[in-house]
Amino acid sequence: METLAWLVLILPLAGSLISALGFRALPARAPAVIGTAAIAGAFACTIGVLVKLQDLDAEHRQVVFVAWDYAQTAGVDAKLSILIDPLSVFMMLVVTGVSTLIHLYSATYMKGDRGYARFFSYLNFFVFSMLVLVMAGNFFLLVVGWAFVGAASYLLISYWYRRTTATTAGLKAFVINVVGDVGLVLGTYFIFRHSGTLDFLGTFETAGSQPEGSLTAGCILLLVGAFAKSAQIPLHTWLPDAMEGPTPVSALIHAATMVTAGVYLIARMWPLFEQAPAAADVGAIAGCVTLLVAGTIGLVVTDLKRVIAYSTMSQIGYMIMAVSAGAYAAGLFHLMTHAFFKALLFMAAGSVIAAMAGEQSLDKMGGFRKAMPFTFGCFVIGGLALAGIPPFSGFFSKDEIITLVGERGGWHYALYTAAYVGSFLTAVYTWRMIFRAFWGKAVPEAEELEHGHLHHAEEHRNPATGELEDTDVGFPGPEHHIAERSAAMKVAMGLLAVGAIVGGLLQIPLGGTDVVDTFLEPTFEGSQYAHLHASDGFTTLSLIIGTVLAVGGIAVAYYIWVLKPGLSAQIQARFSGLHRLFANKWYFDELIELVIVRPFSWFGRFGQQTFERVVVDGTFVGGTTLVVRAGSAAVRALQSGLLRAYAALLVLGLVAVVFYFLLQS
Amino acid sequence: MAIGWYLAVSAIVFSIGAGGVLTRRNPLVTLLCLELMLNAANLALIAFSRMHGNGDGQVFAIIVMVVAACEVTVGLGVIVAMHRRGLIIDVDELRELHG
Amino acid sequence: MSEVLFFLAGSGAIAGALGVVSLRNAFYSVLALVCHLLSLAALFLLLQAQFVAAAQVIVYAGAVMVLYVFVVSYIGQGGVAMQMTGRGRIGGYLFAGALAAELMIAMLGSGLHAISTDGAKADAGFGDPEQIGSLLLTKFLFPFEAASFLLLIAAVGAVVLARRRGGAIDDPAQPVLSVMDMIRDEHLGTMAETVNAGEGAQPTIGRSS
Repeated sequence: METLAWLVLILPLAGSLISALGFRALPARAPAVIGTAAIAGAFACTIGVLVKLQDLDAEHRQVVFVAWDYAQTAGVDAKLSILIDPLSVFMMLVVTGVSTLIHLYSATYMKGDRGYARFFSYLNFFVFSMLVLVMAGNFFLLVVGWAFVGAASYLLISYWYRRTTATTAGLKAFVINVVGDVGLVLGTYFIFRHSGTLDFLGTFETAGSQPEGSLTAGCILLLVGAFAKSAQIPLHTWLPDAMEGPTPVSALIHAATMVTAGVYLIARMWPLFEQAPAAADVGAIAGCVTLLVAGTIGLVVTDLKRVIAYSTMSQIGYMIMAVSAGAYAAGLFHLMTHAFFKALLFMAAGSVIAAMAGEQSLDKMGGFRKAMPFTFGCFVIGGLALAGIPPFSGFFSKDEIITLVGERGGWHYALYTAAYVGSFLTAVYTWRMIFRAFWGKAVPEAEELEHGHLHHAEEHRNPATGELEDTDVGFPGPEHHIAERSAAMKVAMGLLAVGAIVGGLLQIPLGGTDVVDTFLEPTFEGSQYAHLHASDGFTTLSLIIGTVLAVGGIAVAYYIWVLKPGLSAQIQARFSGLHRLFANKWYFDELIELVIVRPFSWFGRFGQQTFERVVVDGTFVGGTTLVVRAGSAAVRALQSGLLRAYAALLVLGLVAVVFYFLLQS
Repeated sequence: MAIGWYLAVSAIVFSIGAGGVLTRRNPLVTLLCLELMLNAANLALIAFSRMHGNGDGQVFAIIVMVVAACEVTVGLGVIVAMHRRGLIIDVDELRELHG
Repeated sequence: MSEVLFFLAGSGAIAGALGVVSLRNAFYSVLALVCHLLSLAALFLLLQAQFVAAAQVIVYAGAVMVLYVFVVSYIGQGGVAMQMTGRGRIGGYLFAGALAAELMIAMLGSGLHAISTDGAKADAGFGDPEQIGSLLLTKFLFPFEAASFLLLIAAVGAVVLARRRGGAIDDPAQPVLSVMDMIRDEHLGTMAETVNAGEGAQPTIGRSS
C-alpha cells in the first residue's frame, strides 16, 4: 500500500513538472493528456489504496508512512509522514475523482487559450497540493499543503494575468488565505505546546490532557484557518471575486476541493474540538450564519458564476455546521455529493457562458432551453440535487446534516430552524438562476445557436468592466466550447450527473444503506457523537419538511420568474432597502476596507513618507554621512597646499615641544 | 663674555628667521630666512664648542654649512625651474598639492 | 674690549636678521643677509673658532650669497606681492615671539652654570685649521665623506633642475615628451586641472610653457 500511496502524490507532481518544463517541446494537446492521465493514474492508485485499506481490520485502519525526517531539533519532529485512514482515503477519492473529470472537461474547454500548458501544469500542481493537505500525517505537512493550495489558488485565479480584475481577485484571495495560514500555524503552536508532538495520532492521544483554555484558543485559531480556506464569514469576501478564474478552476477549486479543506480540517481534528466545545460551538454558529447570509445574497446577484459561488459558500456553511456539531459522516457525505453536483453546475455554467461568448450576466441570458439541451439537462439535475429534491443526492446528505444537528438539542434547534430557512432560500435562488437562463424569450445568442451557429464576439471585452482585450497569452483565447459540441465535456458532465443522481444511495436513512458511516467509522471511533442517531420519527419529520421546502422553493421561483415576469422587479422596488443590503453583499467588503485596509495603508504611507524620509534617511543615514563628511572636511583643511601653513605647523610643534621640556624641568 | 650671551643672540636670530619663514611670500626670501635659522644654529654650536673646550662643535658647524650650501643650490634650482615655466613666484599661489 | 666687539657684532647680526625679514626688495634682503653673515663671522672669531669664521666668510658669504645674488637678479621682482595678509602676518610674528620667549626662558631659567662662564680653558691649538682638519679626518671621517657626497648630488641636481630641455623652449609646435607623458593618460593631471578639464585646460607638464 505504501508505494500506491506515494504514487498518488507523485503522479500529479510529475505531471505538473513535465508540462511546466517541457511545454515548448510537447505537441499542442499533450499537456492536457499528461495532466488528465496523471490524475487518472492517481485515482486508480487511490482505488488500490482503498482496497488495501479495507483488507486491514478495523482497529488497524490508521496507517502512517514516513518518507524521511526533516529535522530532529529540540522537541520538534518534522517528518514527511502521510496518514492513510478512511477519512483521508475518502477525501483522496473525492479529490482525484472529481479532478479527473474536470481535467477531461478543460481539455476541450481551454483549447485555443495561449497558456494551455500553463493551465494544466497549475491544475496538476493544485491537485498535488490538495492531496498533500488531505494525506498529511502531521501538522507540518498539513501546513505545507495548506500553503501550497493557497498558492495554487492564487495562480489559477489570476490565470488570465493581463486582466486587472483577475489579478486583483487573485491577490485578495491570497491575502485572506494568508490570514488563515497565520491562524493555522498559531493554532498548531498552541496545540503543540502541550502535546509535544506534531504527529496527528500522537496529538490526538494526548488531547484529553491538554489544558482547556489553551486548547480552546488553539482550536479557534484553527477555525480561523478553516474559515479563510472555506470562505466562511468573516473571511469569505474572496470567493465571489475568485470567479474571475476560468470555469474549470471554479469547478475544481472553489466548489469541490479547496474550499472543503476547512471542513476536512475540523473533521480531522475532532478529538481536539470535542475537548474544546466552545470552539466547536463557534464553528457551528459561524457555519449557520454563513449559510443564511450567502443564501440571501444569492437571491439578488446577477452574474451566473457568482450565484453558484454564493451557493457554494452556503453549502460549505452546512458542512462546517455539521462537523462542528459532531455529525462528521453526514458532513463529509454532503461534501462528496456537493462536489458532484456543484462541479456539474459549474461545468454547465461554463458551457452557457461559452455560448454567450464570454458574457456572464443573467440579465443578458434567456431561453437557452432549445438551443442547449444537454447543458440544460445538466443544470436541471444539478439544480434538483442542490435544492434537495428526493431521490437526488443532495436531498439525502443535506437533510441528514440538518436532522443530526437538530438531534443535538438545546440551542441547536435554532441552528436546525435556520438551516431549513437556508434550504428554502437555496431552492429559490438555484431555480431563479435556471429559470432566468433557460426560460423566457430566447436571446440573440440562443437563436443563433438554434440555427447551428455559435455566437462569436467581434471584440473581446472583460465581462465585468467592459475593457478591451485581445486573445493573446494572459487573456482568454478566441475559441469558446460548449458541451453540445464536445465529446470530452459531455463525458465529464455526464459522469458527474450520474454521481449527482445516484450518490444519495450511499446513505439512505431510516434503515437504508449507511456506507459512508461504516466506512468512516474507524476514524471517528471514540467520538462522543458516534452514537448520535436521530429517532425514526424525527428523521421522517425532517425529511418531509425538507422536501416540502424544496418543492415550495422551486414553485416560488417558477411563479416569480416564469409565470409573472414583472413580479421580481416589483418585489425589488418594495423591499429596496433589503435588496440594497443583499446586493452589496451585506457591506462586508466596505467593512474590511474601513477597519483593516485603511489603517494599514495609512500606516504604510506614514512609514514611507515620514518615518523613512525623516528618521531613517535624514537622521540615521544622513547623520552618519554628515559626521563622516564633516570629519574628513576638517582633516582635509589641514592639507591646504600652502607652504607657510605647513611651516607654521612645524614651528608650532617645535614651540610645543620646547614648552613641554620647560615644564618638565 | 659669558657663553649665555651668545646663546641669547642665537635664540633671537633663530626666532627672527622663523618669523620670516612664516611671513614672507617670496620663496627666495623664505630660503634666506631659512639660512638665518641655520646660521643661528651654527652660532649655538660654536658657543657650546667653546664652552666644552673641544672642536667637535666646530666640525659640526662646518658640516652644517655644507648642508646649507647644498640645500640652497637645490632650492634655487627649483625656483629657477619654476620661473622658466612661467609660474608665479609666490608661495601662496603655488598650492596645488592640497587635499 | 671683547665685550664691545661682542655687542657690535651681536647688534649687527640681529640688525641683519631683521633686515632680511622686513625689507621689501629681495635684493636688499640678500645684502642684509651678507651683513648678518659677516657679523656672525666676527662672533665666531670672538669664540676662538678661526677656521669656521674664515669658512663662513669665504664659503657662505662668498659663494652661496653670490649664487643668491645671481638668482635674484635672474628672477627679478616680477609683480610679486610682498607679504601675506594681516591676519597671517600677526600669526607668524606671534609664533616667532613665542619661540623666542621659550628659548630665552629655557636658557636663562635653566640654571645651567656653564653658560654663565667664559668657557673652559682652551688649548693653544683650539680652532686652528690643523685641529679641524685632524678631527675631520679621524673622528668625523664618515660625516666628511657623506658631506662631500651630498655636495656632488646637490650639484648634479641643480644642473638637472635648471637645465633647458632639448630644443627651443618657446616652440609650442613640438611638445617635448617625458617618461611621464608616455605612461600617463592624456586627461590626467593635477586635481585642479581635472576639475577645469571641461573648459579646455590642458595639463602643463610635458608641454612647453
